[in-house]
Amino acid sequence: MTTPEPPHRAPDQTSPPADHADKARTALQRIADLRAWLFLAFLILAFELWSRVSFGGTFLFNPFNIQSIAIFAVAPLLLATGQTFVIISGGIDLSMGFIMGLAAVVAAHVINWATPGMGLPMAVLFGALVAIAVAAVPGVVNGLLVSRLKVPPFIGTLGMFGVARGVAFLLAGGTTVPVQNSFFAALGNGRFYGVPWIVIITAVFVLVMHYLLSQTRFGQHNYAIGANVQAASRAGIDIKSHLLRLYILSGICAGLAGFLYAARFSAGAAQAGEPLLLDSVAAVVIGGASLFGGSGTILGTVAGAFVIAVIQYGLVFINVAPFWQFISVGIVIIISVLIDQAQRRFSGGRQSE
Amino acid sequence: MNDMTPLLEVRHLSKSFGPVQALSDLSMKVHAGEVVALAGDNGAGKTTLIKAISGVYRPTSGEVLLRGEPVQFNSPQEAREKGIETIYQDLALADNLTIGANIFLGREPMRRALGFLPVLDRRKMAQAAKATMALLDFHVSRLDAPVSNFSGGQRQAVAIGRAVYWNAQILIMDEPTAALGVPEQRKVIALIHQLKAQGRGVIFISHNLQDIFAVSDRIVVLRRGVQAGERRISETSHDEVVKLMIGG
Repeated sequence: MTTPEPPHRAPDQTSPPADHADKARTALQRIADLRAWLFLAFLILAFELWSRVSFGGTFLFNPFNIQSIAIFAVAPLLLATGQTFVIISGGIDLSMGFIMGLAAVVAAHVINWATPGMGLPMAVLFGALVAIAVAAVPGVVNGLLVSRLKVPPFIGTLGMFGVARGVAFLLAGGTTVPVQNSFFAALGNGRFYGVPWIVIITAVFVLVMHYLLSQTRFGQHNYAIGANVQAASRAGIDIKSHLLRLYILSGICAGLAGFLYAARFSAGAAQAGEPLLLDSVAAVVIGGASLFGGSGTILGTVAGAFVIAVIQYGLVFINVAPFWQFISVGIVIIISVLIDQAQRRFSGGRQSE
Repeated sequence: MNDMTPLLEVRHLSKSFGPVQALSDLSMKVHAGEVVALAGDNGAGKTTLIKAISGVYRPTSGEVLLRGEPVQFNSPQEAREKGIETIYQDLALADNLTIGANIFLGREPMRRALGFLPVLDRRKMAQAAKATMALLDFHVSRLDAPVSNFSGGQRQAVAIGRAVYWNAQILIMDEPTAALGVPEQRKVIALIHQLKAQGRGVIFISHNLQDIFAVSDRIVVLRRGVQAGERRISETSHDEVVKLMIGG
């Protein structure tokens, strides 16, 4: 590593800081970056008030509600963490929903096959590994399509959406695949000090993904590629291998989501992730990422996923017709994107490109 | 190093693309602490020349010498490792990252958090950013702000700062002032004076004769792939340079 040389000039020739006008901008950007958490706080407050006024009970301080929301959020959140990486790079992965279904079906079959020979826990572990490995395969294909063959991510992953869907339904024989393994059922529905195991597994995984995005070169390069792929390439970043690893990562996220889905219901279903794909994109966008790439965080996505889960669960809780969920989530997405656009205009730079 | 040995020398360089001779038999020198302007109309071969120097193209014939040693680059990365850095017109920065992250893009320093977990060493990046930008008389206090918060001239300074940090001895600047307002252009001209004072060599491509006359020591004029003339800035005039460019 080279260190900068000492200045070749007299120290008294200094000019004032060049960036004094930017402090207000940065503060506003910070607030905009936190918008998903503000949404979430607002929603929880609103449901709490509603609950107190109309039932005289609490919404937030009822452990059953918290657990239900957390379990509800597991699968969309897992998809959304992978989607966050892909969207920050400027891409999108439409195949995640059916990769999740494929992984759920594979997990169910493998655990059923392995249980007699391996015993209960080993069969589950083996099923997890195989399901995640199988989920990585469409990830590899997506990655190769996008990185080597320059297929736009929207189209390439749409193709894999179809392939993964078909394979999952073929493997499942067009039906759900029940699993006979009590350890698996305990994993999917058991609790540790009151916290469901699948929530613990998801939380640990999301933390690892947060570390990967915010603290490693892989994460840093992901942001750079999303902002300016030419600059990243000129800086010596291997774009092809990065994109390949990126789509494998999103496949793995979907694989874990599928495995935990199968655990929760003791069954694998090809359509497990079908309604969740767009929720995952919505969570990422509400969490502050831009579909143009270059921005977003895992913590924002966590808030985004919980915004959706709280709306969906909360509206049922206060006994509103479920179709209002779609309307509310839709409005939150639009507001979120409007904030993103305003922030972009305000902070300058990109709109001129 | 002998003071008379040029930092960079190009000897009889030619480059053809199939039947098209983009550059023929061009020679030029850049000494330490010298700014050499490259001028010429569109298609005169300026870009071909800098791409041949910076490792993007392999020359068809001729050679490039770095401190008197012949060198051959197979990629821009190889040229960069030898201290030849190109700063592009369209600012090769990631706008969403900080100055420090841009300086270290692709070679980020790591540290161990809690003794085992490798994490990006943001403090080192910020400190290096501050020190490097101070070298360019560009004083930043908000090292955690993305570079999109800064103006065009300031971002140009970040791109130059990255080259300086990685110890580039030769900076090739392709139209560094083209996209900027007048005060920003002055700032970039001042930056080039800094680089010169630090003993680096600069190749400066511009269409703006005022900028060229403000900052360069010599000017090399290209016309249709051949050298139309070379002048000391102190011994020439706008009129003469324009005549060389258009072949009057």
